[in-house]
Amino acid sequence: MTFTRFLERLLQLIPVLLGVSVIVFVMMALTPGDPVQIMIGDQIVTPEQEAQMRRDLGLDRPVVERFFVFLGNALQFDFGQSFYHRRPVSEVILERLPATIELTVVAMLIALFTAIPLGVLAAVRKNSIFDRIATVGGLLGVSLPGFWFGILLLMLFAVHLNLLPVAGRINYGISQGITPYTHFLLIDTLLNGRFDAFRNALAHIILPAITLGLPMTAILMRVTRTAMLEVLRADYVTFAQAKGLSRQRILWRHALKNALIPTVSVAAIETGSLLGGNMIIETVFGWPGLGRLVVESIFVRNYPLVQAAVLLYAVIYVMLNFFADILYTILNPRVKL
Amino acid sequence: MSDDILLEVRGLRTVFDTRAGQVCAVDGVDVTVNRGECLGIVGESGSGKSVTFASVMGLVRSPGRIEAGEIVFDGTDLRKLSPRKMQALRGRDIAMTMQDALTALNPALTVGEQLAEMLEAHDDDLPRRRGARRAAIQARSVEMLTLVGIPSAGDRLRQYPHEFSGGMRQRIMIAIALASKPRLLIADEPTTALDVTIQAQVLELISKLRAELGMSVVLITHDLGVVAEHCDRVMVMYAGQVVEEGPTAQVIRDPRHPYTRGLLASIPRPALRGQPIRPIDGQVPDLVDLPPQCRFLDRCPEAGEACRHLIDMHPAGPARRARCIRIAVPETEKA
Repeated sequence: MTFTRFLERLLQLIPVLLGVSVIVFVMMALTPGDPVQIMIGDQIVTPEQEAQMRRDLGLDRPVVERFFVFLGNALQFDFGQSFYHRRPVSEVILERLPATIELTVVAMLIALFTAIPLGVLAAVRKNSIFDRIATVGGLLGVSLPGFWFGILLLMLFAVHLNLLPVAGRINYGISQGITPYTHFLLIDTLLNGRFDAFRNALAHIILPAITLGLPMTAILMRVTRTAMLEVLRADYVTFAQAKGLSRQRILWRHALKNALIPTVSVAAIETGSLLGGNMIIETVFGWPGLGRLVVESIFVRNYPLVQAAVLLYAVIYVMLNFFADILYTILNPRVKL
Repeated sequence: MSDDILLEVRGLRTVFDTRAGQVCAVDGVDVTVNRGECLGIVGESGSGKSVTFASVMGLVRSPGRIEAGEIVFDGTDLRKLSPRKMQALRGRDIAMTMQDALTALNPALTVGEQLAEMLEAHDDDLPRRRGARRAAIQARSVEMLTLVGIPSAGDRLRQYPHEFSGGMRQRIMIAIALASKPRLLIADEPTTALDVTIQAQVLELISKLRAELGMSVVLITHDLGVVAEHCDRVMVMYAGQVVEEGPTAQVIRDPRHPYTRGLLASIPRPALRGQPIRPIDGQVPDLVDLPPQCRFLDRCPEAGEACRHLIDMHPAGPARRARCIRIAVPETEKA
């Protein structure tokens, strides 16, 4: 891919993001419920005090004006103050983002490393018992709601078997004295040489990551299986056999390299959809990440935070698609972007 | 078995189990390939010529299977070999090229890698040390590409199949097949996917390499012209059976089976300009539940009552055989 083509693709992000910010802004403005009323709650305030609060938050302005103010600030990476935390939105989001990225990456890795081998095996042993179990399992994986599956896992492994913690990212006592170099606990604990803390963090992340990654695992397995079945019929597989290559080499080098082309594209896009799944999974597992923060913020009509977070989701999603295209050209030498 | 014989197939029967019934793609085929010779296999699509040699290579895919017959290569019955030994023999002793190099070469791997893995798998003379091994493989790869006439081979090893022209791809496939100096090359329709001008180049190349490496070649084709020019002997197949075989010149000059005559008559020839080309009427019979009679019966201009039972191969002169009961009466042939 040439550099100009790369820039061109980057520039295409601008209209997408502009559209997303309009939609988010309008949606939040149309949502019933008044942030000022929610903040006041049961307290008794005078109408003057209430009007003052509204002015402080900029909510006395018309929606259109508020939008352009938001847009102008957003271009300078200023997303305003979180109504609820009384701190800059960007600060609050950056605090929570590493936990979400960590969870998403672990979920993605689990999905990739189980789905691809399972999909290959299912294709190689087409119509075997294993293939049937994998196919049915895949269907279940896509259709089971994450919150329900997560609760089942929690009940089994955390409550009944008492093997894994119920909620959170790490035990409070253990997390003390760890220097946050990267803010990713699995990495920071290792960098600090604290293997006890690493094990603790791993125990915390395993259930939410499995729950989050389950639908992606199921989808990727099916994509891999289909792609492999297609590829195994190709002439170049027959020719590779005629060359007297080993079965393993034919399978993992000749066939999989071609079968991965569709799989990787789907994986990159599915990783984007993990972000959406995060909101539910983080709530179920009490994971202190961005997803849960967004859910809480929607409940209290914390407009600035929701807007900024959704914009961030959109950027990540579009970037992942972009990344998928680049990977596609790397894996498929016939395609030049 | 004579010392001159490299491959001997006896009574090969390969079937495919389908929903419509059992398709007998290869039915009692005998093939003999002598050392150093070029044997042409001619027949239209579905005549069983490709399946016969897929059976020899042990590459018949499910739902197909070899039901009967023996395949003796240089004294070893290949059907009795373990899968592991068969895998070692494929590529090393018997190599194959396929019809379309564009689909036979892996689009996601460089040409160099596809050549190198062939050498890795079969070349025992490579040095053990990693650096020296890599250098030796590189040198051998360049040598092979140069042998088949690819210029600046060293640079081109890093390229992918789609970066080459059709004729070059075909030659690369041949280079890969010949990299481990096999004793038998099965070339399945090596020129069908190519332009006429390139066809000649590729066939010349195969003939040249056959002479240089002293290997035997089986040339599978539906083009009798190719056979006439390059093959010592020819075997004509029809509906899963061999219908005629013999030295090429004799078979072409004096075909004994009506099907062979039909094939020859349907080739456009400058000498016969102005005369209509005579295609063979009718179609190849459905290979499911064939009746016990001559398989060419429905299309044969000379068929009679006597053809309504199973026909064996009959000797038709020195080193010649044909599957027709009329061979006994040569006077009627030219009718």
